[in-house]
Amino acid sequence: MSKVLMKGNEAIAEAAIRAGCLHFFGYPITPQTEVAAYFSKKLPKLGGTFLQAESEVAAINMVLGAASAGVRAMTSSSSPGISLKTEGISYIIGSDLPCLIINVQRGGPGLGGIQPSQSDYWQATKAPGHGDGHLLVYAPDRVQEIIEYIFTAFDKAEEYRMPAMLLLDGTLGQMMEPVSFDDIPTPVKHEKPWATNGHKNAREHNIINSLFLKPEELEIKNFERFERYAKVCENEQRYEEYMTDDAEIIIVAIGIAARVSKSAIDDARAAGIKVGLLRPITVFPFPTKAFDKIKNDPKVKSVLTVELNMGQMTDDVKLALECKKPVELLRHTGGIVPTPKEVFAKLCELNGGIKK
Amino acid sequence: MAYNILFAGFGGQGVQFAAKVTTYSGMMSGSEVSLLPSYGPEMRGGTSNCAVRIDNKMIASPIVNEPNLLMALNQPSYDKFVEKVEEGGTVIFDDSLIKRTDARTDISVYPIPATKLAREHGFQGLANMIALGYMAKKTGFLSLDVLKEGLAKAVPASKAALLGKNIEALEFGFNY
Repeated sequence: MSKVLMKGNEAIAEAAIRAGCLHFFGYPITPQTEVAAYFSKKLPKLGGTFLQAESEVAAINMVLGAASAGVRAMTSSSSPGISLKTEGISYIIGSDLPCLIINVQRGGPGLGGIQPSQSDYWQATKAPGHGDGHLLVYAPDRVQEIIEYIFTAFDKAEEYRMPAMLLLDGTLGQMMEPVSFDDIPTPVKHEKPWATNGHKNAREHNIINSLFLKPEELEIKNFERFERYAKVCENEQRYEEYMTDDAEIIIVAIGIAARVSKSAIDDARAAGIKVGLLRPITVFPFPTKAFDKIKNDPKVKSVLTVELNMGQMTDDVKLALECKKPVELLRHTGGIVPTPKEVFAKLCELNGGIKK
Repeated sequence: MAYNILFAGFGGQGVQFAAKVTTYSGMMSGSEVSLLPSYGPEMRGGTSNCAVRIDNKMIASPIVNEPNLLMALNQPSYDKFVEKVEEGGTVIFDDSLIKRTDARTDISVYPIPATKLAREHGFQGLANMIALGYMAKKTGFLSLDVLKEGLAKAVPASKAALLGKNIEALEFGFNY
């Protein structure tokens, strides 16, 4: 297997190109600008479109246009930039269009900071724009997995005709790891009979629109969309379990928080604490199926969430557990990443000390 | 042996590049590796640092809070990170730019006047490679051969002409 060293941000762009996405529209913002920089070097040579728009609002609307024509299109930004894109994201949801949006999160709210964060969890999973609607949201925790889920995101976005997001943090965007493109899948080709592309009058005109002035018509649209979301929740949950088999304490964490937790779990296991990790890879749909086991497992004494926000995912964890297990939260915000030592100390506390 | 390494200095001293060479070398020696740079304003002239982990098991967190190996190329970096070095850890520092201020006796500290040596021996701008070669000599964390391989990988094709001089600087540091 041939391995190359790649930054998360560069891997996003390379994987997207290999997944057949030749249309990128963006606007620079730390800590994800390398995504656009990589595309700007590669796409013109491939006959694709790289366009640095005049703003985030423009960029997301260009994605709407390109996706309408049936091509794979994407944009990338970081927290404040994603807020600007939410209007366009809502229109894309309302138009039932597939596309990919990358959020390499930084600390907020407002202009916030530039260091890693997970404080857009609520925005990504609950309210990506106005109106009823969802994104498929993937939260990988390593560069190789970013590559894998770029392919999944485009595929599933097209299958369900809804936008997908990779929800990352500054650490994942900036860090370098060895990756391989040897085992990448062949991009799945989806028929797009709805696309507004050239057809020489061979068929009826397609119209892509999110405006429905008749309440009955708009309600039918929303009901139909939520039937698709129900299928997504049934079929598309993804998660990883690490040392959970005999665990008495379960950590739930995503992204960099999950990686820090894994370090702490290794130390805790060495000290005789039975702890494991449940790492959601999809956060919409939230992997409730993984929690069905935990909530009725008498071995599990408590659940610990580790987050780079004030506890946004903790809500989903409590809901999934139906409050059958106590949930504790270890959190940092503003760009501070919890250390393995902090997580270890919390695990010792939950375990009632270290038993020899 | 697991290495949790911190490279730190001014932006422009090549700490990021030294870290990249190290990461490539670790990868080519068959270990698991990760590299996490500091980012933001420090890239443009302030203090820049870069965390590299080399391990034979899968790397969980790429963050290095307590390095067991530190390369410090300027005073603010030395002052900031020397206290964080793990007990029994090793520090390589450029004593043509840094005055040792700590009183630690539980770590191994090796000075090398890398910047001065670079200036005097025709390796302008390559103090990073001199320090890296010296680090390899003092700790054996990677062999000189594997570092040369990593260097060949880390130098982009557009700058291939600079590879030879980088290798010479690495050897110079190793033989210092």
